[in-house]
Amino acid sequence: MWDFPLFPEAASSVADRVDAIFIVMTVFFGFISVLIAVLLVYFAMKYHRSKAADHTPVHSKTWKVEIAFIAIPLVIAITIFVWSADLFFETQRAPTDTMDVYVVGKQWMWHMQHPGGQREINTLHVPVNQPIRLVMTSQDVIHSYFIPAFRLKQDVLPGRFTTMWFKATKPGRYHLFCAEYCGADHARMIGQVVVLSERDYQQWLSSGTSSATVGTAAAPRIGQSMAQTGEALFNQIGCNACHVPGDATRAPRLEGVFGREVRLANNQSVLADEHYLRESILHPNARIVAGYPQPSLMPAYADQITEEQLNELIEYIKSLSPEDTGAVRP
Amino acid sequence: MSSESSVLAHHFDDLEQQHEAATLGMWAFLVTELLFFGGLFTGYTVYRWRTPLAFEEASRHLDLWLGTINTGVLLVSSLTMALAVHAAQLSRHRAATMYLLLTVLLGAGFLIIKMVEYGHKFTQGIYPGSIENIHVPPELAAQGVQPNNVALFYSFYFTTTGLHALHMLIGMGLLLSLAVRTARGRLMGEAATRVEITGLYWHFVDIVWIFVFPLYYLIGLT
Amino acid sequence: MSLAPLSLHKPNYLSVSNTLRSWLLTTDHKRIAILFLISITFFFFIGGFAAVLMRLELMTPHADVVDKEAYNRLFTIHGVVLIFFFLVPSIPGVLGNFLIPIMIGARDMAFPRLNLASWYLYLIGGIIVLTSILIGGADTGWTFYTPYSSVYSNSAVFTMAVGVFVAGFSSILTGLNFIVTTHTMRAPGMTWFRLPLFIWSHYATALIMILGTPVLAIAVLMVAVERMGVGIFDPALGGDPILFQHLFWFYSHPAVYIMVLPAFGVISELVTCFSRKRIFGYTFVAAASLAIAVLGFLVWGHHMFVSGQSAYASMVFSIISFTIAVPSGIKVLNWTATIYKGRVWLTTPMLYAFGFIGLFTIGGVTGLFLAAMAIDVHVHDTYFVIAHFHYIMVGGTVMAYLGGIHFWWPKMTGRMYPEGWAVFSAILIFVGFNLTFFPQFLVGYLGMPRRYHIYPEEYQALNILSTAGASILGIGYLFPFTYLLWSLRRGPRAESNPWDAAGLEWQTTSPPPTFNFEKTPIVTQEAYAYELVSQEDDLPGRPNPTEGEIPVLDAPPQEDQP
Repeated sequence: MWDFPLFPEAASSVADRVDAIFIVMTVFFGFISVLIAVLLVYFAMKYHRSKAADHTPVHSKTWKVEIAFIAIPLVIAITIFVWSADLFFETQRAPTDTMDVYVVGKQWMWHMQHPGGQREINTLHVPVNQPIRLVMTSQDVIHSYFIPAFRLKQDVLPGRFTTMWFKATKPGRYHLFCAEYCGADHARMIGQVVVLSERDYQQWLSSGTSSATVGTAAAPRIGQSMAQTGEALFNQIGCNACHVPGDATRAPRLEGVFGREVRLANNQSVLADEHYLRESILHPNARIVAGYPQPSLMPAYADQITEEQLNELIEYIKSLSPEDTGAVRP
Repeated sequence: MSSESSVLAHHFDDLEQQHEAATLGMWAFLVTELLFFGGLFTGYTVYRWRTPLAFEEASRHLDLWLGTINTGVLLVSSLTMALAVHAAQLSRHRAATMYLLLTVLLGAGFLIIKMVEYGHKFTQGIYPGSIENIHVPPELAAQGVQPNNVALFYSFYFTTTGLHALHMLIGMGLLLSLAVRTARGRLMGEAATRVEITGLYWHFVDIVWIFVFPLYYLIGLT
Repeated sequence: MSLAPLSLHKPNYLSVSNTLRSWLLTTDHKRIAILFLISITFFFFIGGFAAVLMRLELMTPHADVVDKEAYNRLFTIHGVVLIFFFLVPSIPGVLGNFLIPIMIGARDMAFPRLNLASWYLYLIGGIIVLTSILIGGADTGWTFYTPYSSVYSNSAVFTMAVGVFVAGFSSILTGLNFIVTTHTMRAPGMTWFRLPLFIWSHYATALIMILGTPVLAIAVLMVAVERMGVGIFDPALGGDPILFQHLFWFYSHPAVYIMVLPAFGVISELVTCFSRKRIFGYTFVAAASLAIAVLGFLVWGHHMFVSGQSAYASMVFSIISFTIAVPSGIKVLNWTATIYKGRVWLTTPMLYAFGFIGLFTIGGVTGLFLAAMAIDVHVHDTYFVIAHFHYIMVGGTVMAYLGGIHFWWPKMTGRMYPEGWAVFSAILIFVGFNLTFFPQFLVGYLGMPRRYHIYPEEYQALNILSTAGASILGIGYLFPFTYLLWSLRRGPRAESNPWDAAGLEWQTTSPPPTFNFEKTPIVTQEAYAYELVSQEDDLPGRPNPTEGEIPVLDAPPQEDQP
């Protein structure tokens, strides 16, 4: 009963640094709070009306004191702000060498899709010391992906992607919570993040239990990567009729498009990230690539494919490197 | 003094204080109203900024003629309201009563035209929450306009104009009760203050429309 | 200090009439205050009862006291009722209504009938919310986040939203009245810088009420509209759920200051009275209230650091949130400096004031943890946040409210409360409060999310502590309720000025007559001229800071009121 933790485990590259700010703030503001409490009690005793203390009212100008009352808190506040903003920006900017895992939140479960094709529900297996980027969306209401041991959290919104990244530093099993209230079983929308050593992770990948434990009927064939599933879907729903590798006549080439600036018909340009790919698949007319007909000849896939299928298509497009064909783009 | 004490509420020292309080109170209330409608205009701005073409397309389906006529009706009612305030300040009972009633009539005219407009929309199958009857022309669909976004315009159109009409109704009720008072000759300083602050309210409701009209009716003009 | 001649034979505002009709149709600000007192006490116990059930459920990690559906409704009731029907109208509705006209030497609020309308709107809103609870309750939380609230929830969200909407207008009318009253109804000589700080803080509160509440009203109205199938926030209908969060927090962050600014006002009165000193840095304390009201409108985005909002927007919201530490710090430091070299009288109200300063300090500094983005990412939507805002709202506002009720009880009812019992319950409430909410900081940093009725086992010990504290706190609240009721009949009769306090409200009888003063007072000196009250302090050689004489009741004859 009395063997309970008072401080959470720290298992990500930022956790210790969040803790550092937290501890410094706790010590400092704890001191301030105690100081004020002690002063109050001390004054109450020393200047109690029954005591013959010095009650001479302070009639000197108060503004010097007031300036101190303003300046000192301000300096402290700005110092903490800078420190925490710096760390915050680091948590917001993913490094380039991440492994992307897709997350779909729905009432009331988390569905994870690994690039290797593994699918999991409410459990996320990741290797230690490898930056992981989660590309997340919700199928219904707002959820929030929260891993206390990583000190990270990100809301998961319907109709768009949000992302978060982390680097786990310690193998183990950690809580995964939904932190944004999402309805009746909000408290059961929980799971765990399993951080594995590199060796255990390889074993987990090859064991095939990864998708077997999931038990979803729609699980793809074991051993098929997410991109491969995406490619099959790509061909099945007819994307390949126009998006022909190496041929940009009917539709923009998709090889190497991911992560590049794309020129649009309206003379603006956009970074072809997950957000843009998502929008272009669901609403092809939203932002058309320069040089292609308006309206687009492509049908809109909103309401035609599931969030998971959308993720597979995107992962497939991301897997296409420019070297896939000999053609060179200007 | 005797006439003054009959209109001076017990807790005020003099009529000037009472007048000041009433005027300041109405201005503070109008600030509240401004933020109330401000929430709707904020929503409108956010969505229009995201999907300008959808909003312009939806706007073209509003009846520009009726909207323009209504704008005129409201502007004239603001004029009659101002005349009523002026007459009340000069203690001209009959003129004040007449202008108040005229303002109410113009308000009623506005609401009738508005109902006709709503009626047209409903017969076209466009009502709050309707999405199935919204057909986006292909050339706009080509530019990414979706029926969803067009429907959002109507959500805001009906909510904003509905709330505006509710404000008109409240204003007309206030004006009618004032007209009854002035017709009975009870047009002392305090009643003049009432006409004045009700006038402020009426002008505010007009000004809301002055924003509604271009934002909803005119953005589709090319 | 000269007192107003006691005229016990004359009727006071309570004894002037006893019919139910005279209460329900009253336009007397003091009677309206009593109406608010009764109704917010009722809602306090409803919201408190929901809290008790929640804490009982959280004693174990499993769903054993109530099920998930009930729990989700309980925290919604707890939040909606206690925020919109207790905290927001508590100090303004009761103490503000009662005291503002008296403190500025007026006979009533500027708009007495609007004041009554405000209470009726409150009551109608309350009845609608109770109806919503009876027909099944809403399960959205008090935040009504879309699209859950507007599309997915299968509960009485519409009714609940309408109730909040109506109550919002009660708040707007109260704020309107406060502003106009402060501007136009001050007695002769009551200049702005002679106003008690209670008035300043209520003025700042009223500004937020009239500027923020309409935005909340329109936001919940839009939720109600979307509930009827009209797309506004639902992404499936082209909307944006984040827009709702912006509109909601644009009100609801300043609403925190609606709840705590009046408490600041109460504490300034208590600290000066029971230290027998003028406030340290009057202008700064007054200006801090206004600064908080203004800054409060610029920080709503700090509730949305993990919502997907741009990191740069978050940064701006974060730094402005930090700057609110400055005016809040000014308050705490000035109160402490006021006590320094005072003549401290440890009555019950002063104990509550001490409790407030300590707990508000903890609540305030933990607010800085939340303003620090890197920490907020971790503790957002956990019990850390719960603990933080309960330190502000319960440790702060409720403590100040109770302190204020005890302080002005003799004035409001003409009776003294029993000091022994009152001290005992103040200590009980302080202990119970800390035991309830301090463990929540720890369990929050451990990662326990809010709005969970079941949780991992390792959080149980802290939750048991919290529930134990809540039991003490709950019992603690029953004591004042009981002995204050008792005192209405059995308490010793109160003098006009039992605390030897400055302030116009102590210059009239207890309870005051219907129009507050026999004669309109003329104010000749600053608020808190306590150093003139305590005779021993008149050291030779020090210039006397006042001119003229102390009595404030020195008025030309006024014509009799009808």
